[in-house]
Amino acid sequence: MEFFERFAVPNPNPAIYASMVAIVVVSLAIIFGLTYFKKWGYLWREWLTTVDHKKIGMMYLISAILMLFRGGVDALMLRAQLAVPDNKLLDPQHYNEVFSTHGIIMIIFMAMPFIFAFMNLVVPLQIGARDVAFPRLNAISFWLFAAGAMLFNISFVIGGSPDAGWTSYFPLAGTEFSESVGTNYYMIAIQISGIGSLMTGINMITTILKMRAPGMTLMKMPMFTWASFMACVIIIFAFPVLTIALLMGTTDRLFATNFFTSTNGGMDMLWANFFWVWGHPEVYILILPAFGIYSEVISTFSGRNLYGYKSMVGSMVIISLLSFLVWTHHFFTMGQGALTNSIFSISTMAIAVPTGVKIFNWLLTMWKGKIRFTVPMLYSIGFIPLFTVGGVTGVMLAMSAADYQYHNTMFLVAHFHNTIIPGVVFAMLAGLTYYWPKMFGFMLNERIGKWGFWFLSIGFVLAFFPMYITGLNGQARRMYTYSEATGFGTLNFVAFIGAGLMAISFCIIVFNIIYSFKNSPRNVGEDPWNARTLEWATHNPVPEYNFARTPHVASSEAFWDAKKRGHELFKGEIEEIHMPNNSGVPFIMGVIFFIAGFSFVFALWVPAVVALIGIFACMVLRSFEKDDGRHISVEEIKATESTYGGAHS
Amino acid sequence: MKLKGALLLLLSMLVVFLSGCEPLLVLDPKGPQAERQAHDIMISIWIMAFIVIVVLVLLVYMLVKYRASKLPEDYEPPHIEGNPILEGILIGVPIIIVAFLSIVTVKSNYIVENIPEGYEDQEPLVIYASTSNWKWHFSYPEQEIETVNYLYIPTNRPIEFKLYSFGPITSFWIPQLGGQKYAMADMVTTLHLAAETPGEYTGRNANFNGKGFAENTFTVTAMTQTEFDEWVDEVHETAEPLTEDEFNQLLEPGHLGRMTFTGTHLDFSPAPEHEHTADDEMDAEHEMHSEHAAHE
Ligand code: HEM
Ligand SMILES: [Cu+2]
Ligand SMILES: [Cu+2]
Repeated sequence: MEFFERFAVPNPNPAIYASMVAIVVVSLAIIFGLTYFKKWGYLWREWLTTVDHKKIGMMYLISAILMLFRGGVDALMLRAQLAVPDNKLLDPQHYNEVFSTHGIIMIIFMAMPFIFAFMNLVVPLQIGARDVAFPRLNAISFWLFAAGAMLFNISFVIGGSPDAGWTSYFPLAGTEFSESVGTNYYMIAIQISGIGSLMTGINMITTILKMRAPGMTLMKMPMFTWASFMACVIIIFAFPVLTIALLMGTTDRLFATNFFTSTNGGMDMLWANFFWVWGHPEVYILILPAFGIYSEVISTFSGRNLYGYKSMVGSMVIISLLSFLVWTHHFFTMGQGALTNSIFSISTMAIAVPTGVKIFNWLLTMWKGKIRFTVPMLYSIGFIPLFTVGGVTGVMLAMSAADYQYHNTMFLVAHFHNTIIPGVVFAMLAGLTYYWPKMFGFMLNERIGKWGFWFLSIGFVLAFFPMYITGLNGQARRMYTYSEATGFGTLNFVAFIGAGLMAISFCIIVFNIIYSFKNSPRNVGEDPWNARTLEWATHNPVPEYNFARTPHVASSEAFWDAKKRGHELFKGEIEEIHMPNNSGVPFIMGVIFFIAGFSFVFALWVPAVVALIGIFACMVLRSFEKDDGRHISVEEIKATESTYGGAHS
Repeated sequence: MKLKGALLLLLSMLVVFLSGCEPLLVLDPKGPQAERQAHDIMISIWIMAFIVIVVLVLLVYMLVKYRASKLPEDYEPPHIEGNPILEGILIGVPIIIVAFLSIVTVKSNYIVENIPEGYEDQEPLVIYASTSNWKWHFSYPEQEIETVNYLYIPTNRPIEFKLYSFGPITSFWIPQLGGQKYAMADMVTTLHLAAETPGEYTGRNANFNGKGFAENTFTVTAMTQTEFDEWVDEVHETAEPLTEDEFNQLLEPGHLGRMTFTGTHLDFSPAPEHEHTADDEMDAEHEMHSEHAAHE
């Protein structure tokens, strides 16, 4: 392609031009607003340079919510296009870009930061730590994620979005069939944020292994910490595969290597194998922390300890192992023969057993409990039957002979949304509501929250259950249109209405945040839900050092036992606290990574090399830097503790 | 309450979908392979519906019985660690279900990967089905015929499809005759089907392959062997031969209507060599078929 052609949007249309204008206007408004209110310094000191795990968690959270809306608008466009037969709203190329973008945004740039947000916000508090093991690395992880997300998001206004699906199967994703730079964006943006994810995985594992409060053995860790730990173990095994696959894909596209081409000895199915060796575990990276959140919420609002703690842990370990042994179920139809299909079919179905254990344990946690129907609990209650439907349809898909009929159909699309939305999205909304007072010191409005829940659940059922039926009726996924004669029309229209209700629910949730920010009483105390685990033993919101004195733990529900059985959590005098210094380097590295990524997407070699040198320089500088952190004095801690209500100093 | 609503919705959905006014394609099989698959699907639907109902009933029970508003103010939920017998049952039953479904699946795997049951003694009709963006090319080497975007097949005869692609991965799917299989550029995959009722069925590429994907469809007409033979003769009388130039033009991206030729592109543009078949035993047999075809 000609040099300048690469930058042009391959399929311009009015919506894209409007978005361009909107992006420019919003950016200008932000710059102007920050200048006018003199907030640049605040932004830099408090956020861009922060190494505080809680602030990093909040930034992940904000990004995830923004991306939920971006991916949600894409989803609405898809559903609107499919609402009636022979619709002309989107042309095929545009539809292809939208569903590819939707899938990638949702998985990589919405669900991933959502779980990282909660890992950052909750894990150090649950284990009684001051921070994560490598605070500065944590900041770098976030800024790499942010750089990847920004890079991916500009794709549709500069050069065009990826159009080969979120799975990006070769040879379709190769230069021969996908000429625009869209797939370059895919390869490089995911690569950059993936490096960040890998580092978060290492960081969290180290944190959990090394920084637990005295007395907290592994089998006394709260369930969310366990879940995060297992998710991070999966991350450090799965993400390197993705890194290599993306690297090979990138060289195929930029340097004409032939790893995945269909000629010159390339192996197209090798990409599928690599992709799913990462991709299947990836869904467990998302779902395990979600399970962790449900465990905390269900036990808190049932007023009871989690039933079968050990089997909960055991089932997660088994799920993590199995998650690496099933990837081939994503291409039973590749012609690998009955024997291979049988093996992968059985290993896939086997995952249903530990998952079933978890479902029954949650049910039994409610047994003899005292159930309060708060918003986080509603999401958890809704999750159980909906996720069960997603799970059992997963078993149906795992039956390989039958999968020949489901593969690549709307049945599959219904199934994975049925696990991912009640599983991950509901969990995140439950966690958001549950931990909101911990983060901001006030509660979200319960009434509005319940409205949001109902709209989301009903919308969800309407949006996705019809797809099971159209799938069995022969509607393939990724079809931009269908004819009247197929008879898919009515059910797709129902699904469109469902998607609309879901969109409304997300608006209600955002409205709730704004409404509660204005109207909710502050000073809700440190334990507004009558919770059970250690994160609730500190103030709301949490001071930067988390705990004035390190807690001492004797059970998996340390805080509950402190409340009910008089266990002493905090012993001894307040001492000076050592904290890491803020640093601008992680942010700067993020910016340079963005520049490097952009240059690679467009094969601009000079800036790419300069940026790579810049990244390297940052790392060299760091190795010569002397930074021993700083100390917070005892007086300062006492002063802070008393302004926070001073429950236990 | 929401749960009852959800339960009702679920059940009504199930009813709609099991008794629906017109049967869903996949559950309306017209050949042995699709029949086996529909059978597996129905078994799994019933078992899975049972599991969902058990979970729902348990959930409703817990929510009704143990909701805070119904319990005395001073009720303190007990601390319960677990119960080995109860947990044994909760693990045991799912294991039994999974084991049962595994047996069903493994059996079906061998069935759908082989010549359909009851047709083992018949010589299969070999058809090469290849895709180029966004068309289907069907070559009948034995009959020396090639069609574009439509298939004529005899009923009650096993058909052996040899699938490959001139480009991105596609997936050959005729829902009413049987599930799909990938067609790739570097290898040939084999799919065994048979039709038992004469009629017209829709087929499509099920694997996304770019802009023209939605229209990457074809029709299958199943007819008696005599009708099929008549059609073959008619084609030989009326259709033009397929030349290499013409075929290369057909490969250009785009959509075409139905087309019919005598001769096949396999003569000048053979299928990829690497075979991907059910198992090695079958492979030798396939080779014989292809040779056989080439000699005729
Ligand atoms: C909010 C409501 C949502 C709606 C209405 C929706 C709808 C859709 C639709 C219509 C498709 C494309 C189907 C096709 O043509 O193949 C799709 C694909 C997909 N969605 Fe969603 N979706 C939603 C949320 C989510 C969420 C929360 C996630 C993940 C966290 C997600 C992940 C995906 C993925 C991975 C694909 C596959 C993309 C591809 O085929 O490459 N979606 N969704
Ligand atoms: Cu999978
Ligand atoms: Cu293969």
